[in-house]
Amino acid sequence: MKWFTAWRRRPWAGYAVVLAALAIIGVVYAGASPGADRAQASDTKVSAQDVAKGKALFDQTCSSCHGANAQGTRTAPSLIGVGAASVDFQVSTGRMPAMNPGAQIPRKKRILNDEQTRQLAAYIASLGGGPPVPAADQVDPAHGDSALGGKLFRANCAQCHNFAGSGGALTGGKYAPPLDKATPTQIYEAMITGPQAMPVFNDTTVTPEQKRAIIAYVTQTRSEVNPGGSGLGRIGPVAEGLAGWLVGIGLMVIAAMWLTARKPKKKHND
Amino acid sequence: MTDNNETSGATPEDEGRVPKRVIGTPSPVGTQELLPGDEPEQGGTGYVLDEKKARRAERVAAAFFTLSFVAGIAFIVFYAVWPGHVGNINRAARSNYTLGTAMTLILLGLAVGLTIWVRHLVTTKEIVQERHSISSTPEDRAVFNQYLQEGSRESGLGQRRLLRRTLLLAAAPLGLLPLVLLRDLGPLPEKKLRHTAWKNGTRLVVDGTGQPLKASDFNSPGSIITVVPEGAEDNLDEIATGAVLLLNLPVDQLKVKKGRENWHVGGIIAYSKICTHVGCPAALFEQTTHHILCPCHQSTFDALDSAKVLFGPAARPLPQLPIGVDSQGYLIATSDFHEPVGPSFWERGRPKV
Repeated sequence: MKWFTAWRRRPWAGYAVVLAALAIIGVVYAGASPGADRAQASDTKVSAQDVAKGKALFDQTCSSCHGANAQGTRTAPSLIGVGAASVDFQVSTGRMPAMNPGAQIPRKKRILNDEQTRQLAAYIASLGGGPPVPAADQVDPAHGDSALGGKLFRANCAQCHNFAGSGGALTGGKYAPPLDKATPTQIYEAMITGPQAMPVFNDTTVTPEQKRAIIAYVTQTRSEVNPGGSGLGRIGPVAEGLAGWLVGIGLMVIAAMWLTARKPKKKHND
Repeated sequence: MTDNNETSGATPEDEGRVPKRVIGTPSPVGTQELLPGDEPEQGGTGYVLDEKKARRAERVAAAFFTLSFVAGIAFIVFYAVWPGHVGNINRAARSNYTLGTAMTLILLGLAVGLTIWVRHLVTTKEIVQERHSISSTPEDRAVFNQYLQEGSRESGLGQRRLLRRTLLLAAAPLGLLPLVLLRDLGPLPEKKLRHTAWKNGTRLVVDGTGQPLKASDFNSPGSIITVVPEGAEDNLDEIATGAVLLLNLPVDQLKVKKGRENWHVGGIIAYSKICTHVGCPAALFEQTTHHILCPCHQSTFDALDSAKVLFGPAARPLPQLPIGVDSQGYLIATSDFHEPVGPSFWERGRPKV
């Protein structure tokens, strides 16, 4: 440890410690946000062949948890009546088929492709109806009133998903996911089906027109610029204040150390 | 009355040890002296400069002053030629960057240049000013004491008890006057905290759109929506107390409290959205557990069991709004809340059981 003690006594050791602390804080803050993967809903024409193929897929990938007839088991809920929208949401976000049961099934790289998703949805829809996959125009953010959407989002969604859709924590390991990767179709499907801990917003309570407004708000918020520089995860004044205090005061401490450190000067009689 | 002006104890040098150095401060060894007071008097400048090093420091400081000048010109150019900040909120980011960076460089260049100047080029000798004792001299104290006793004797304060006591009596109410001012913190809020805009027959309308809800519209299990009293959709004062969380719960799992049998409509149930702890919007609803969470301090309420507190600092359940259905099938309140909504206040009293 001798080298460390020697290093510690160097004049620049203090600056190095402060800089290292700031760097660590910075790295912790740097949140990576990879680009959105697109998963568009396929058209809704259903044939008997699709249902048969969907049944085969179901037997293969889903029946071990959801039961041979989708009636549900102790580990997984019944799928009768959940509808094509629910299947499309769960499968296109990669949540289903699930890897392992836990507090919450996370979004991941999707396992079944568009065609297989459509067939599986056709099979589940044939069991007991339920909400269908919305049409492309129904979820087009360009036709939504984002001001109204913002109002509804702040009253009913922001408490869990944050005002900018950054997500947030719930109880017992559950969480409201960030909305940055959700496609317009997936946002609609989530509202109408209420996946996992999320409550349901049916079409008679929040109309399809209002849902489109909410989709417009969520997608527009993503492209909003951050006039102050970094959005700091857009989680609000706590993060902003923390960064201001740590970085700002850190720089002040360094400046104060430099100003007050005494510079050796040669004396006259030396 | 002894004055001890000598510094007590031994100096570190006497004890033969050097105090521990704090990280970031310069080493005590070498050419520098922290206390030049015990040096031989020289008069005039205390230090001479190494001319080579001084010239280098001068150039560095000058470079920073030049940087400050260039940044100052850049600020004017950015402002006048390439503003970006006028009329478009999205372009304000650009002007924040350009003007902010320029202003930072102006001030930083000046500050760094001046600091280098002071640290490397100034040759003023350091002087030490001795601190003198804070207490008065014994003579001054004795004179003061004498004056005080003479004054007491001459005015008769010591002998004339009646005068002394009535004087104190006169001063006593003066000391109590600030307490009277506390009265002006009122008036008390009267009934305002106990009542909301809800009354029998008020329809529940969706917050944000103002559309009334039929029980048959709000029919999906696991639904939630924020509703406000009809007629107060745009009245923020009323919404601040009257915001309600409407839930659709499985009616067979509902634990209905005695006396509240008619407060829900087939599992559709309404709770105040305002947390009973400090008044945040408690609106995080988990469909799977039927828990309502408050985002501020994690108070957790059981929606199935009259919003009983399961966890967290909230002291009381969320107040429940009795609801029913009118002749056209719309959801209505059947009365106001039966207890004050929101956080506790002084004269709230105990909750009715």
